[in-house]
Amino acid sequence: MQRLAAGLDAAVARGTLTNAAARDLPPEALRAQMASQGVALGSDVTPATRDAALHWRRISGTGDLARGIAVIGLALAGAAWGIRRARPDFRARNAVERAMRGVLISAALIAILSTVGIVLALVFNTIEFFRLYPAAEFFFGTTWSPSFGGGSELGILPLLWGTLYISLIALLVAVPIGLFAAVYLAEYAHRNVRAWAKPMLEMLAGIPTIVYGLFALLTVGPLLVEAFGRGGWLGLGWMQGGTAVMTAGLVMGIMLIPFVSSLSDDIINAVPQSLRDGSLGLGATRSETIRQVVLPAALPGIVGAVLLAASRAIGETMIVVLGAGAAARLSMNPFDAMTTVTAKIVSQLTGDADFSSPEALVAFALGMTLFVITLALNVVALWIVRRYREQYE
Amino acid sequence: MNDMRTMDNAVLNETKITARDVHVHYGTTHAIKGVDVDIADRTVTAFIGPSGCGKSTFLRCLNRMNDTIPGAVVTGEIKIDEADIYDPRVDPVQLRAKVGMVFQKPNPFPKSIYDNVAYGPKIHGLARNKAELDEIVEKALRRGAIWDEVKDRLHAPGTGLSGGQQQRLCIARAVATEPEILLMDEPCSALDPIATAQVEELIDELRQNFSVVIVTHSMQQAARVSQRTAFFHLGNLVEYGETGKIFTNPEDSRTESYISGRIG
Amino acid sequence: MTDIPQSGAFPADRPAPKGGSLLVTDARTKKRNRAERRFKAYGIAALGIGMLFLVALLWAILSNGLTAFTQSYVQLDVPLLEEKLDKDGDRDPAKIAKVSTFGYAPLIEQALTDLVERTGVETELAPKALTKILSSSAAAQLRDRVLANPELIGQTVSVELLASSRVDGYLKGRVSRASLARDKNLDAEHLDLIDAWRDAGLVEKRFNWDFITGADASDSRPEQAGIGVAMLGSLFMMLVVLILSLPIGVAASIYLEEFAPQNRLTDLIEVNISNLAAVPSIVFGILGLAVFIQFMHLPQSAPLVGGLVLTLMTLPTIIISTRASLKSVPPSIRNAALGVGASKMQAVTHHVLPLAMPGILTGTILGLAQALGETAPLLLIGMVGYIATNYPEGVAEGFLAPNSAMPAQIYEWAKRADPAFYERAWGGIIVLLVFLLAMNLIAVLLRRRFERRW
Repeated sequence: MQRLAAGLDAAVARGTLTNAAARDLPPEALRAQMASQGVALGSDVTPATRDAALHWRRISGTGDLARGIAVIGLALAGAAWGIRRARPDFRARNAVERAMRGVLISAALIAILSTVGIVLALVFNTIEFFRLYPAAEFFFGTTWSPSFGGGSELGILPLLWGTLYISLIALLVAVPIGLFAAVYLAEYAHRNVRAWAKPMLEMLAGIPTIVYGLFALLTVGPLLVEAFGRGGWLGLGWMQGGTAVMTAGLVMGIMLIPFVSSLSDDIINAVPQSLRDGSLGLGATRSETIRQVVLPAALPGIVGAVLLAASRAIGETMIVVLGAGAAARLSMNPFDAMTTVTAKIVSQLTGDADFSSPEALVAFALGMTLFVITLALNVVALWIVRRYREQYE
Repeated sequence: MNDMRTMDNAVLNETKITARDVHVHYGTTHAIKGVDVDIADRTVTAFIGPSGCGKSTFLRCLNRMNDTIPGAVVTGEIKIDEADIYDPRVDPVQLRAKVGMVFQKPNPFPKSIYDNVAYGPKIHGLARNKAELDEIVEKALRRGAIWDEVKDRLHAPGTGLSGGQQQRLCIARAVATEPEILLMDEPCSALDPIATAQVEELIDELRQNFSVVIVTHSMQQAARVSQRTAFFHLGNLVEYGETGKIFTNPEDSRTESYISGRIG
Repeated sequence: MTDIPQSGAFPADRPAPKGGSLLVTDARTKKRNRAERRFKAYGIAALGIGMLFLVALLWAILSNGLTAFTQSYVQLDVPLLEEKLDKDGDRDPAKIAKVSTFGYAPLIEQALTDLVERTGVETELAPKALTKILSSSAAAQLRDRVLANPELIGQTVSVELLASSRVDGYLKGRVSRASLARDKNLDAEHLDLIDAWRDAGLVEKRFNWDFITGADASDSRPEQAGIGVAMLGSLFMMLVVLILSLPIGVAASIYLEEFAPQNRLTDLIEVNISNLAAVPSIVFGILGLAVFIQFMHLPQSAPLVGGLVLTLMTLPTIIISTRASLKSVPPSIRNAALGVGASKMQAVTHHVLPLAMPGILTGTILGLAQALGETAPLLLIGMVGYIATNYPEGVAEGFLAPNSAMPAQIYEWAKRADPAFYERAWGGIIVLLVFLLAMNLIAVLLRRRFERRW
């Protein structure tokens, strides 16, 4: 309807239609007329839409006029007020600064506002969902089979399992590699090696997740099938298709390496040099010093880093959408395709979803679950890291 | 002070460390410029001098702690019991077991008191079983003059002790590996006067078993605890001799200026 | 960490008695040194594996994606017969425009048959089947050309038409004769023709500007798909992000760093910001869907909405880096300004802010780079790829008309069935990474140029 009104505006402006003609045009002719103006309309114009569009034009025209008057009025009022207030003893700077401070505070409040927005958006729609679908079945159901025709089973457990399984594999890849790389960079590497190796490793963190998704789908998946699939090099036949828990987990692990290594590197560097000197002075080797003095001292911080990486893994979307598959199942085989909470949020909310159906609303409940889990992990991790930092400050 | 007592037994002991023409470079900085010194066994030797004079750097040559600093190059000859410690065959790890070190700031590991002391003996394999280890720990803590204060809380964290206790714990930790030489890098600079007095008393006792080399920038401390004193200035060893003589009748004018407070 | 010598804490044999020569390394030390070397090797291996992954990733991107930047074209002499295209012969543009692409298809068929004869290649393919060599957009390409220049009618023009994706794949080595056995889109006989024509210089690969500037194409025409429109969508989104997040982020940081009193509200804001930075991006997508589209009824798939969502995501990053650079301005500067009678606000805006600006800009650029690569939230607000088929008309359209963004376009291609789109997806990644690299480079240079030591 708004499109039609805009189209009419354009037509009038170009002079192909007069205001009177627009009013009298039969609805069927309007569509053709609009098409010739470059305004494509999705459906035929009914008389009702036409009238609505005309009405829209009328009120928006009045609105424009009213807005003009209001702006001029405000400007005049402001000027009058300003002239009246301009006295020698009036400290303009203070008033201006109070106003500026107000602007600054409201900018800072936007952070809170977006959190409130997230929570409200999630809570309202989740409540709506639980009105249509029992919460107990959502949280404890072991089957996920949505069908927009009705009779869906929307149990979160298979999705949570997929999420945790993939995250676990990702952490199994990222934590040892990231931690050992961090130890090497912090304790052994020559300054020059460190100067190029650290940014190189951090490049992995700067690469968008869609790239990892594509890498999983088109490179790692087929490669794993060649190794573990039917008739593969290992002759195991464990893997049916390229998309699997292993594919997504492995690629996600690569993505997380720099998260673990950068944070751990910072944390290891925060361990005071005096502890290292103390241990080396007693005749310990470097590795003994690292394992028995530096790492135990850095442990809380490293745990925090791993928790942050875990929260990242759980919330990751593109890699699992492309690399993990779409089948929601509870299986132990890491070479099976499984799916995750995030992947299902995407699949339930893309396309022309009807927001009132439980199949679409379930995405908000999934989002809520995801938000709560990652928030809890973050709060704990940040708390641990902060306490660790304070200890050595 | 106790100059008279130090006089009599300082000269008797045989030489433990011999250094000849030692130079240290940090990158482009020439930190030590040809130092020759003989350090006696079972004696407290003090290194004094203004800040940046190289006394700590030289101390760190004696157990090759400079190896851990990138860019540090040591030339010359340092012998402990006739063995050149910069010989390629010498493993610095083994050397450091023989030459213990105590640092400026007390640096107990974030472990229990017991584990702090047991750390060295464990990595060097000095105990065959738990009982022996307990014994070593107790002996070390007694030598560190801290046993009575901590014997009831051996498994409390070492970081919970007071500054002076921490430093004595670190000394106990260093002696637990049965070194022959103890290097101390301004061990009292972070301590209050009472704790300092306790540590100084301990250093005097340690002389019975170890050759102690202490870096200090408190001349009073050097006079109180050492039998021999070496004065460093701008990377040179200016004067080396018996403590009493250095403080009462220095030969070099720079030593005299420093001692009388005109430089440094 | 299996080789902690803790197990060896109580060895049966005691080490060499005291006084053992330093020149002889004892057995225990040798063992410990081996453990040391092993440990160091683990570190090198970990770092090496990390680097290996990076190299593998870059190799996969380049080896699969570079081919998207070339495209195969067929040189064809097409007779633009007057009786087909302009029966009346009066060159009336309106009438010529009425001839649809179906009117052009026979001309192309004819030209192909002629070419087969002229090059003297034996083939059993019917003229109809020959058109499989060309993109299904070939007729439309020809029509556009005629409409732009009606004078061509009646002449035989030499045109370069897009080859079909299979032919293109064959010339790039992606499609082999063996793989065509299962493919009904092209036969080995076509390839014989292609081989002959390639040798004659009639089929060739050229740099593919259309990939960089073009629009997305339908499922059946991967050879025509380009990333240009999605690039524009990304650009409009980044404009929204920049216009909103830089002032808001800077204002919020100034308040928190310079003015905020130590109270509950400040604490709440701080905790909020650090947690927002770690909220999964998909949750921001849900926020955008619920608030901007469901509640505020902003147009779906519009770069404006995408930009708003990405702004909320980028704000914490910008605030954190801005606060860091404000913090690095030493208090002496503030005191100096306050000392000559400036107000707190003046001290900040006149002195602190200009000094912190390079750091703020660096943080902003990095935040933008992060936003540029973000995909998941865009999918939820409908910025999926297949709508990026038209250039927006004008700036307002650019913000409000449905469009896609580079990463969403890449995702869309990755999901399509025809493997020819995968090449486009990898190619799109190269374009995206070039942008990210450029942004990071600018950030690094900015930091170098203005780095200050106080």
